[in-house]
Amino acid sequence: MSMDIVQALPQSPGVWASAWKRLKGNRVGVVSLVITLLFIGLVVLAQLGLVAKDWQKETGTAFAPPHFIGKIVDGSQTAVVEGAQGTAVDISDIDPLTPRYKEWAERAAQFKTSVAEKSDTLPFGADQLGRDIVSKVIKGAQVSITVGLISALFATIIGTFLGAIGGYFGGKTDDVLEWVYNVFTSIPYILLMFSVAAVLKSGPLAKVFNGGVWTVIIILSVVGWTGIYRLVRAEYIKHRSREYVRAAEAIGATHMSRMFTHILPNISHVVLVQLSLHVVSFIKAEVILSFLGLGVPLDMVSWGTMLTEAQAELVQGKWWQLVAATAMMATFVTAFALLTDALRDALDPKLR
Amino acid sequence: MFSYILRRLLQMIPTLAGVILLIFFLFKWFGGDPADIMVGLSATKAQVASIRTQLGLDRPVWEQLWIFVQQIFTFNWGKSWATNEAISEIFATRLPVTLTVMIPILILQVGLSIVAGMAVAYVRGSLIDRTVMLISTVALSISLLVYIVVGQYVFAFLLGWFPVQGWSDSLWKNLTTYAPLPILLVVLVSLAPETRLYRSFFLDEIGHDYVRTARAKGVPENAILFKHVLRNAMIPILTNVATLLPGVFIGSFLIEAFFSIPGLGREVVTAVNRSDYPVIQAATVYLATLTMVINLMTDVLYKFVDPRVVLK
Repeated sequence: MSMDIVQALPQSPGVWASAWKRLKGNRVGVVSLVITLLFIGLVVLAQLGLVAKDWQKETGTAFAPPHFIGKIVDGSQTAVVEGAQGTAVDISDIDPLTPRYKEWAERAAQFKTSVAEKSDTLPFGADQLGRDIVSKVIKGAQVSITVGLISALFATIIGTFLGAIGGYFGGKTDDVLEWVYNVFTSIPYILLMFSVAAVLKSGPLAKVFNGGVWTVIIILSVVGWTGIYRLVRAEYIKHRSREYVRAAEAIGATHMSRMFTHILPNISHVVLVQLSLHVVSFIKAEVILSFLGLGVPLDMVSWGTMLTEAQAELVQGKWWQLVAATAMMATFVTAFALLTDALRDALDPKLR
Repeated sequence: MFSYILRRLLQMIPTLAGVILLIFFLFKWFGGDPADIMVGLSATKAQVASIRTQLGLDRPVWEQLWIFVQQIFTFNWGKSWATNEAISEIFATRLPVTLTVMIPILILQVGLSIVAGMAVAYVRGSLIDRTVMLISTVALSISLLVYIVVGQYVFAFLLGWFPVQGWSDSLWKNLTTYAPLPILLVVLVSLAPETRLYRSFFLDEIGHDYVRTARAKGVPENAILFKHVLRNAMIPILTNVATLLPGVFIGSFLIEAFFSIPGLGREVVTAVNRSDYPVIQAATVYLATLTMVINLMTDVLYKFVDPRVVLK
């Protein structure tokens, strides 16, 4: 009898299942999800070395234009210095190096030199060194998106952890954390970034990270956790005295278990939305940091370094690198921002 | 009112102390040895030792912290490690330059966004409204750097309306010749997102009963918007201006670096690249203090803008 009742009750869908259903119903959300996933796929492929592996190879002439423009004939590329006229005077009797020329010629013959074939046009042009813009922009996407994702993840972890502790325990712990929050937010965030950047540049940690992408990731996550902390803390204050948490306490769940296995899943939608909001703002911040020379190192490429190079190129009329990096970045950032909006709508139907 | 301000000032002390401790220990523990940074690798032991005594690095940490606190309150930060220029001199000469660019930006930005936000709120829901919203979403996804690069190329290089970059000693020449392009670019770029923000402030108010009452008794729409709605939307507007204000003093570092404007923002960026710690520390501590003061002033201003606000 009781079995029948249980079966007769319709199974109510979980939070994530119903959110997924709502997201699927949102056309903009689906399109932006597909675009974002395509970019993530590209990043994974680049990370595995399957695409854009040879981005540093100089496959074209300097500033080779895109295919659809065709070879630029302005004379500057083809200027050949005329050889000296007249016959060379034989000076072998007085040249002290004469006995060794033959030996050197033999040694040189052991090495095979091949002239690298440099094409005059590339699918979307080349940069100053003749590197293919298409593979460069893919490699740049890999670095920029990875930096954005990892630093947003770190900032979210820091913010969620501190917010959980402050909101859940309250009292003195909360006071101390609120003080730290006030200190961090009273400093304009760009100055805090500069301070951390200066310290990472010449302090003892400089040797650990060696000016690599990790420097950018640390700068962004150390500075960017405050907003998430504030929201997560407010959620914990709201949840800590709800029935389900009291029930967990009654059956003997520890503080840790109540905080992270009971409350956290219930506020994970807030955390997820914050995470994706921060990915977008950190990708944009990376561009600015790279322009100011505090970002991605010179031997790597990101959308930020490409845009920085583009400044000097544009004056010479070489617009393709700027267009490529801007278009890629704008597409990803727009798609990701729209996806975030759709996620928020899907996860929190009350909020409209 | 007085007791409120006094209490808020007292509440600032722990936060300011936190800022000082954070900056001091950040540079102390993670910043490396200043003597090494200042003299480089080729220094003799005696040179390093003399610098250490000069900076007080041979004393206990608490005494060093005390020196740091004294520096903050006496405005005597000594000299820049990189250029030997007095830090106070750096601030005194760079800040006016930054203000020359940033104050017009702030005024234009707030003024234009209020008008544009009002206009868009007036035609809410129409095609123009939706177009503006769409443009601002797409425009926001492009980096500020791109706008500056393209703006400089188009307006200064191609069209020749402005000089590409530069700065002079005369305030008038700066304002009329060199500053307009940076100001124009920043205002244009910020207009779309700011308009969207102000539109939401006004739309929040337009739904209220007093607007319906005013319409019912026949007040013209213009008067409703500029007299009733604007006055009531002042609190979010003030809050927004308060968040922009600290930026006025540090300047748009990107604009200054890009257009070679010798302001405070560019100075701090250069200091980071040269590991010139005192400049960064001084800028950070003072800007943090300024931010706190601005926040307090905003809270007090709420009372004047909206008499219903109770300060407690």
